Amino acid sequence: MTQIIVVTSGKGGVGKTTSSAAIATGLALKGHRTVVIDFDIGLRNLDLIMGCERRVVYDFVNVINGEANLNQALIKDKRCDKLYILPASQTRDKNALTQEGVGKVLSLLAEQFEYIICDSPAGIENGAMMALYYADLAIVTTNPEVSSVRDSDRIVGMLQSKSRRAEQGLEPVKELLLLTRYAPERVSSGEMLSVVDVEEILAIPLLGVIPESQSVLKASNSGVPVILDQESDAGIAYSDSVARLLGEELPFRFITEEKKGFLKRIFGN
Amino acid sequence: MSLLDYFKSDKKVNTAATAKERLQIIVAHQRGERDAPDYFPQMKHEIIEVIRKYVNVGPDQISVQLDQNDEKLSVLELNVTLPDP
Repeated sequence: MTQIIVVTSGKGGVGKTTSSAAIATGLALKGHRTVVIDFDIGLRNLDLIMGCERRVVYDFVNVINGEANLNQALIKDKRCDKLYILPASQTRDKNALTQEGVGKVLSLLAEQFEYIICDSPAGIENGAMMALYYADLAIVTTNPEVSSVRDSDRIVGMLQSKSRRAEQGLEPVKELLLLTRYAPERVSSGEMLSVVDVEEILAIPLLGVIPESQSVLKASNSGVPVILDQESDAGIAYSDSVARLLGEELPFRFITEEKKGFLKRIFGN
Repeated sequence: MSLLDYFKSDKKVNTAATAKERLQIIVAHQRGERDAPDYFPQMKHEIIEVIRKYVNVGPDQISVQLDQNDEKLSVLELNVTLPDP
């Protein structure tokens, strides 16, 4: 049974694409056939984060319009043989994604994949609504910051009213919180909302906490999903999140301040 | 910066607590309107305008709220703080 997962947030720049790339890669590494779709029509970037930007020939909209078949548009990941990418189109036509067209492509993908990850664009326009419409599970990506938390709450509302599951009166979309760019030292100095604060406000279960990390920028610079950097805390935190998604119970790491040793205090990192 | 300022700035202001408080209020408000019908914001706006045509009150002295009491009953609550005559 294929599971459709939307990575969404409302607000832009919180880490949806980074998280989509990391989680899709993580699921594939665990042996599951996974495809990750870029829903950001006109502003595609998932291809860059995945490092396959020069291999894009056909895209999602071409498939919807019948200009290419699905297998022509799917890009096989070079590092992970169970992972495929479906890039967004660079068209400026906002209504390129139709509910019917998206549904058709998703049901074709469901024939060959276990997990379909939908990387949502920011905002609450057509692209974002299409990305969440067919979802079984939503990963609500949030930064510990007022505007991001508020927008996440709006998106939670939309998942509960505008999704296919809501419209057809089925079991509601399962919503999970992914807190990104978390800085424990700022939390302990009272400058940043804590995990508990955000959980309490949004009232949805926690999937993972990704610490603010320099490795995320390094990973995007080189087009390698950060989860492949298992030296970095962000990479490890994404692996933990993927394991939880697959039903494992793991303690949350990197949510408390790391005590700096004597030498670290003097010489820095 | 004077030496005195240096000691003052040492006092930590917990802005995260302020953020949480503000979010709890705005999110509760947002959720109140989440289940409301699509026409609700427009209707609310018009009700406020009608009241303000007759009485000189600010928008913060009027609250229009829709409460879902149970499956079959929704209550439209209108609260107006009238100024002294």
